[in-house]
Amino acid sequence: MNITAPAITVEHLRKVYGSGHTEVVAVRDASLEIARGEIVGLLGPSGSGKSTLLTAMALINPPTSGRITINGEAVLDGPRALVDLRAFRRRHLGFVFQKANLIPFLTALENVQIAMEVNDVAPWAARTRALELLGYLDVEERARNLPAALSGGEQQRVAVARALANDPTLILADEPTAALDSTRGRQVMELFARIAHERGAGVLVVTHDHRTLDVFDRILDVEDGAIQCRKNGSAAPEA
Amino acid sequence: MNLAVRDIRHSAGRFAFTTVGIGLLLMIVMGMGGIYRGLIHEATLLVDTVDADLWIVQGRTRGPFAEVSRISGSLEDRARAVPGVAEARRFVSHTIQREYQGRPLRMVVQGLSWPEDRGEWVPLVAGRPLGRSHYEMIADTSLQLPLGASVRLGKDLYEVVGLTRGMVGSGGDGLAFFTVADAMAIQFDQPGEAIRLERAARRARVEAVDLGRLQPQLLDRAEGLVSGIPALGGTQISAVLVSLAPGADPEAVRRTFGTWPDVTVYSTEEQRELLLSGMVDKARRQLGLFRALLIVISTIIIALIVYTLTLDKVRDIALLKLIGARNPVIVALILQQALLMGAGGYALAWWWGRYAFPRFPRLVLVTPADLASLAVIVLVISTLASFLGIWKAMRVEPNTVLAA
Ligand SMILES: Nc1ncnc2c1ncn2[C@@H]1O[C@H](COP(=O)(O)OP(=O)(O)OP(=O)(O)O)[C@@H](O)[C@H]1O
Ligand SMILES: [Mg+2]
Repeated sequence: MNITAPAITVEHLRKVYGSGHTEVVAVRDASLEIARGEIVGLLGPSGSGKSTLLTAMALINPPTSGRITINGEAVLDGPRALVDLRAFRRRHLGFVFQKANLIPFLTALENVQIAMEVNDVAPWAARTRALELLGYLDVEERARNLPAALSGGEQQRVAVARALANDPTLILADEPTAALDSTRGRQVMELFARIAHERGAGVLVVTHDHRTLDVFDRILDVEDGAIQCRKNGSAAPEA
Repeated sequence: MNLAVRDIRHSAGRFAFTTVGIGLLLMIVMGMGGIYRGLIHEATLLVDTVDADLWIVQGRTRGPFAEVSRISGSLEDRARAVPGVAEARRFVSHTIQREYQGRPLRMVVQGLSWPEDRGEWVPLVAGRPLGRSHYEMIADTSLQLPLGASVRLGKDLYEVVGLTRGMVGSGGDGLAFFTVADAMAIQFDQPGEAIRLERAARRARVEAVDLGRLQPQLLDRAEGLVSGIPALGGTQISAVLVSLAPGADPEAVRRTFGTWPDVTVYSTEEQRELLLSGMVDKARRQLGLFRALLIVISTIIIALIVYTLTLDKVRDIALLKLIGARNPVIVALILQQALLMGAGGYALAWWWGRYAFPRFPRLVLVTPADLASLAVIVLVISTLASFLGIWKAMRVEPNTVLAA
């Protein structure tokens, strides 16, 4: 891995949904960079384009124009893929979304394990590490349960474990704490900060929760599809 | 980690239900093939079991299975005189439908050339071959006549002395073996009044010709038994079965019969072919087409089931793509499920068939070769059927996960 390169660089990203009179400019012109070992918060009013930006960075929502470079490697030039995006996702990216999005027919353990198996980790090694991660997130006693038998918070922690499974360069989380109570929410946020600082991953978290802003190294404000930078610790933005 | 098996385990009830449906469908496909095999088996059963080398039938006819064949009973003796012929038997066969204890009794009356042929070659499951020249019969169990039962056919009572199993004619009706004389008595049985009228008519015919006027005794004969009229007394049989002597040249014997202008000769193999190409052929094509249709329908149904199962998993497939799963992982998930459903349905079809098919009124013959070919067909249609689901899965965008 390229330790010195930023985890991700986004240059002049623009995303337009639809065309003609249904056209919506979701992201106008966004440029940002997240270093490795850094946790960054993404704030902004509803509909300002946060999720669009995040899914574009997650390589599942091709931008209309702009460039994305991950770990020093140019990945997207506008909607054009410069690498095998799926391979890139499994090797470099981890995702957590508002809903846990676990596979319903796999147990908690298998949901984490599968992320490693698709990345060519041997099943027994994947299993051992999955158990370790679930322990790390304090859900190992639910490892053999199907997602339907887990609480929302437990599901979310399994999803976090899955995002961490392949030791990603970049973790992207879209309102990961929305389904959690404030204590759990804070724990997850602190966990993300620890992963950034201890494992050297770049972490980007979209959040509306102003009580946890102190965990971020940096906060980006999105407003009407564009990014305004601000230092950590400044006053909460008007929503 | 095998995703297909885990998904099946998760929705086991639904999967089982679907497999049961496919199983029923495949059982019908299997049964169609079995009915066809049974048809051929039953049609050729008699030809195969009587074990003759040559069949002598009425000239320019295709033999008793294809049409009416009438030859003189004396042909039996003429055939015996041909060098190379070890044995010649009369073959008399016709289907009758009578009543027995209030139910319709449909049977193929089969004449045995008593006393040379007592039915020793008939595979018996109970009783014995014929022991007397009259009033005994060997019946197939499908006729539901118990050993020792007396059946009235024509003017006489016949006792069941032996039982066979699975001996049926080409129409699927049970065979009953009698001596040739009895068989003909049953066939030509006429009510008393009909005989009286026929005798009166005969007398009138004789009186009308000069021979009758010159020979008054003829008038008495005309009024008497048919067998008492020398000129009319010859018996008519369907065919003569010839067995060759060991070491005899079949071609030479055939050539000899070939020079007889009043008959046509066929080998057993040719009789078999005539049977199959004639009467069985349409039924075969009928069943074959039906079977092909069923296979196409099965493919479409399995395809739709796999497609719906895939639609239900669109989100999971999107998630797999999101976390970077390669296409073979997703293809395997769908293909394995289709194959498992096909295999499960096939196993159920086979298992049910073992109980269901023997209860069918006509023979359903499921051969190992047909089982094997159906297994291959199921494999192929399951694979084909999964294409629709796979096509859908390949088009799923990973960001579908995020759609509410
Ligand atoms: N698939 C889509 N098709 C058309 N328009 C879309 C689509 N997704 C988002 N939009 C529009 O793009 C804009 C930005 O949406 P986005 O979901 O990125 O906002 P957000 O900042 O994540 O909002 P929230 O805080 O409510 O999640 C909105 O106006 C939205 O209606
Ligand atoms: Mg959003």
